[in-house]
Amino acid sequence: MKKFLTLALAATLAVSALAGCQASQKGGTVSTDGSTSMEEVIGILGEAFEEKYGISFTYNPTGSGSGIQAVKEGRCDIGLSSRNLKAEEKADGLSETVIANDGIAVIVNPQNSVSDLDVETIAKIYKGEITNWSQIGGSDAEIVVIGREAGSGTRDGFESITGTEDGCKYRQELTSTGDVITTVSQNPDAIGYASLAAVGDGVKALSVGGVLPSEDTVKDGSYVIQRPFVLVTKDDTELSDAAQKFFDFVTSADAAQYISQAGAVPVN
Amino acid sequence: MKKQRAFENFVHGIFLILGLITVGFVLLITLYLIIAGIPAIREIGILDFLFNTKWASTASEPSYGILPFILTSVYGTAGAIILGVPVGFMTSVYLAKLAPAKIRTVVSGAVSLLAGIPSVVYGLVGMMVLVPGIRKLFHIPDGASLLAAIIVLAIMILPSIINVSITASEAVPREYEDASLALGATPVETYFRVSVPAAKSGIAAAVVLGVGRAIGEAMAVMMVSGNAPNMPELFGSVRFLTTAVASEMSYSSGLQRQALFSIALVLFLFIMLINAALNFFLKRSKE
Repeated sequence: MKKFLTLALAATLAVSALAGCQASQKGGTVSTDGSTSMEEVIGILGEAFEEKYGISFTYNPTGSGSGIQAVKEGRCDIGLSSRNLKAEEKADGLSETVIANDGIAVIVNPQNSVSDLDVETIAKIYKGEITNWSQIGGSDAEIVVIGREAGSGTRDGFESITGTEDGCKYRQELTSTGDVITTVSQNPDAIGYASLAAVGDGVKALSVGGVLPSEDTVKDGSYVIQRPFVLVTKDDTELSDAAQKFFDFVTSADAAQYISQAGAVPVN
Repeated sequence: MKKQRAFENFVHGIFLILGLITVGFVLLITLYLIIAGIPAIREIGILDFLFNTKWASTASEPSYGILPFILTSVYGTAGAIILGVPVGFMTSVYLAKLAPAKIRTVVSGAVSLLAGIPSVVYGLVGMMVLVPGIRKLFHIPDGASLLAAIIVLAIMILPSIINVSITASEAVPREYEDASLALGATPVETYFRVSVPAAKSGIAAAVVLGVGRAIGEAMAVMMVSGNAPNMPELFGSVRFLTTAVASEMSYSSGLQRQALFSIALVLFLFIMLINAALNFFLKRSKE
């Protein structure tokens, strides 16, 4: 649903984005485009950056794939991706800078008595080898497997970490983090995954192999379901002054507090 | 005199250009869809694309079969028609022939309001009320299903069906009904035996219009149908042609994106067919 607003916005802003790109070359604005999972992090960073430097900042939440495409075509200054670049993308002259790590929380309804699973069991649930909560110590009810649509950074991250690529038997494929959380909060038998930063009331985050997802456990690597937040830049094009300032700002130690404030874990 | 003629021609010219702009948009969209949709169909193969039952667009060995989407769209639309048409039709007969003026005003107002509700609101209400309701009522693990989508669509197509049917019923000449009543038929007999048969092509047009609305709806069904690319089952999670395009478009790339355009092309052809049918019925109802 959120994505639809985004699409509509993107369409109406297409014209102004063109204008924005021209302006950015004169040093007035920084435009970013990409991962919807990074919305919260980049929003807070952008605000802090605008306040500090007085340079205006735009963020177009289109998804990792589109963001990488946009920076490649020069439609924005910096692309945002919530996965590492693929080899072919790097070969296309793009480079990545990891600014933070994000835990992907596995969530269930608060009424669910299960509170800990290991990665292997989660993989089995998603592959359809375990289909009833009673098989893993819950009540006798069919597990409703909720996931994201093909191409989503969160899905890509989750499936590659749990080793379930191409094998997931989803009951529902939803198109935004918010939809996943709403659906899981409404169905006592559902299991889903969502960016740790976005998980709030209404759902329960499972501990994985005994480790609860939190900033500390993501940072020290003990919580295993996590993925990078990446800035994507073009090798053969120099960043504009404004974009360079933004790049330096978000990779500096100063940015760390904002990144943690948004629920992700800074690398610096 | 000459001046006036020149001015007239000038205005005519402007109107012509404005008219051509509309035609231009249609041609542009058609052309774009065909150009954008053909490459993927070529690469996948038309038979494999239309009749393969497996859609796994981002798998390491991707499969691009859209039969589940086609069937879901057909079943979903058919279901919405089966539920929506009787209700809409009865409502229109009631409003056109039986209802007292006051009730008519109120009900017509409600119908217009129903038409004005944005589809995302239908989706939201469906997601928060209908989906959990279906889950509890039928004791199934999850309520997001073809059935939920059918119910939402049936409600969404009601206004189009009712409004067009009313217009068709009102166009029946008064004399037909008077003659029937004079011969001793009761009012209800008259409506069903005389007015409705006389208005039947208009009512058929209403149904086709409903089909068109139902098959093209994306937002509301996306929120209640679960979106898994399964073959359609009443209580199963399904994906429509429209939602297949909408749900994957924003993160898609390469052949996956091209295939989404091809799905849009298939959907476009469906809607063209429906429009042709609509024109056919409208022409017949005029004759």
